Amino acid sequence: MNIQLILFLLLSICGLGFFSYNLWKIRYNIRLGRDLNRNDKKGERLKTMLLVAFGQKKMFSRPIPALLHLCLYVAFVITQIELIEIFADGLSGDHRVFSESLGSFYVFTISFIEILSVAAFFATIIFLARRNLLKLPRLKMKEMIGWPTKDANLILIFELILLVCIFTMNGTDEVLFNRGVSHASDIQGSFGFSISSIIGPLFFDSMSNSSLFLLERMGWWGHLFMVIGFLNYLPYSKHFHILLAFPNTYYSNLEKKGKFENMESVTNEVKLMLDPSADPYAVDPNAAPPSRFGAKDVNDLTWKNLMDAYTCTECGRCTSSCPANITGKLLSPRKIMMDTRDRLVEFGEGKRKNGKEYDDGKSLLGDYITQEELWACTSCNACVDECPVNIDPLSIIIDLRRFLVMEESKIPNELTGMLTNIENNGAPWQFSQNDRLNWANEE
Amino acid sequence: MSLQVPTMAEMIAKGESPDILFWVGCSGSFDDRAKKITKAVVKILNHCNVSFAVLGTEESCSGDPAKRAGNEFTYQMQAMMNIQILNGYEVKKIVTACPHCFNTLKNEYPELGGNYEVIHHTQLIQDLINQGKLSLEKNETFKGKKITFHDPCYLGRANDVYEAPRKLIEKLDAELVEMKRCKSKGLCCGAGGAQMFKEAEKGNKEINIERTEDALGTAAHYIATGCPFCNTMMTDGVKNFEKEDKIKVLDVAELIANAAEL
Repeated sequence: MNIQLILFLLLSICGLGFFSYNLWKIRYNIRLGRDLNRNDKKGERLKTMLLVAFGQKKMFSRPIPALLHLCLYVAFVITQIELIEIFADGLSGDHRVFSESLGSFYVFTISFIEILSVAAFFATIIFLARRNLLKLPRLKMKEMIGWPTKDANLILIFELILLVCIFTMNGTDEVLFNRGVSHASDIQGSFGFSISSIIGPLFFDSMSNSSLFLLERMGWWGHLFMVIGFLNYLPYSKHFHILLAFPNTYYSNLEKKGKFENMESVTNEVKLMLDPSADPYAVDPNAAPPSRFGAKDVNDLTWKNLMDAYTCTECGRCTSSCPANITGKLLSPRKIMMDTRDRLVEFGEGKRKNGKEYDDGKSLLGDYITQEELWACTSCNACVDECPVNIDPLSIIIDLRRFLVMEESKIPNELTGMLTNIENNGAPWQFSQNDRLNWANEE
Repeated sequence: MSLQVPTMAEMIAKGESPDILFWVGCSGSFDDRAKKITKAVVKILNHCNVSFAVLGTEESCSGDPAKRAGNEFTYQMQAMMNIQILNGYEVKKIVTACPHCFNTLKNEYPELGGNYEVIHHTQLIQDLINQGKLSLEKNETFKGKKITFHDPCYLGRANDVYEAPRKLIEKLDAELVEMKRCKSKGLCCGAGGAQMFKEAEKGNKEINIERTEDALGTAAHYIATGCPFCNTMMTDGVKNFEKEDKIKVLDVAELIANAAEL
């Protein structure tokens, strides 16, 4: 076994192993959420996923970032083909193992990847400029200070390095091929790749063969290293959306957005209250232990809420369309998602380290999200409608409100009055139910 | 002509059963401004000889503000009491002029045993026009006027109803002008989610002011609404800018009733 193969195997196995471990942790965390059935209507779910995640339908309400994002996305997906060859070469010790067997199709594929990579390169530069020079308001909000901004820039820089590696690899190999010394072929010529056949000679022609071989290997290893590194960076980053966008849109809420979940635990109690023949002392032997009404912490939310949190890439479209946020209130739907994720990571870590019963004394409500934020929501669904990957911040907001109101009786004074009126006279205002038809006789 | 507003109880006593129940809602029953919308709807129903009834004093809050304020108990109590009455009268079809009632009755009552076909009043009026029961052919009331439609969140985004109110405005021979944020991107008036009943949290602007600016930006003569809460919020917004003479806030039902000279 040569040293390159050992290094290759070591890097791949450790890289994939650690990534799998992190995936398992995220799956564990998501499953801390409560049950919710989203296994119906498989056809409609598949269609939603294809349109929204694969087809990026909702991105196109803002065409310019959508196009730039599409460049990165398509380049990312197609580049994976080149990755297959890198793995095949790494395992076989061969060089460009598919080039001979695939012939002109190989040239076409790599050329296509190169063109997309150039588009992705410029898109990345524009994205970096947009984040750091243009100071777009929604990318500069309070919740973005610190790690979130660093995270976003790191991702873009990783992408640039990866692209530089690809072109260094292909460009130097092109020059070596021109000189008839490439490991890919004994003959002298050109690969004929769209971009590297031009920039290869342009950048690398003055170099000696030995420098070129070294650079080519650096490009190859750099590419592999960046891919494995990036993969392992994902679980810690907002960039995890590139994977979760697909399941998250598949499990979208397919009901009308206005329909809020019916709380069955409440239904049972209300039925008992309204049933005059009910025995108040009867104990149902099958009854589940009384659960919390609404959500205080992440494990009171549904698993879909938690998947939403891991899917959020912090683009801020939700927040920039939120009427409360637009008018200067504290509420930011993006922050709701970021808080949910941060708390879930902390919560899951605590449970794994200290056992299922562990309680760190903290909670999503209070330690992360304040009452002031929750009460600013108008439930208008703008955030839900905006999200390019069908995240639903509203259902978290409502579930937290439910806990505040039903478990802690923490509710703005005016709303207490409104609720009392409904209970006493069947209207949110203090009018007698007997006067409900007076309008018909008024002039 | 005085309004004909039969109640469900009266109809049943006479051995009749109406085709449709008009769910008036709390605003439509008690709010002075919204009562005018209710009357406009009744005028249209009367004019078209629609067989309808109201619950009258048997109607109670749909529970929407309670549910959205986080009090599921109060909501479900209201819902179950209403469902008991509606099912008792064997109601099949409901029309309402309030998108909050519309959404709750249509989407949230079925799981508690209340299954009805629920439509918004703009959808019913559109049907009446399509069936030839209501004609706006010769009307010139709004000719040459600009009208902008403010999408209620609970009609638009929440239930994907965008076209019915717009089709009606087009029937008025007026120019429908859209705000920069409209349809699925429409901005909330600020009243949903029980905000109608409380002061807004601390911020730098009221939501209805932000939205009224959108409407004023269209240079429309009328802001058309389809929700009593939106109507209140937009009316207050216009007052804030002291533009009451320039731009009027009317429900789509009022526009239609005015045009048909009812």
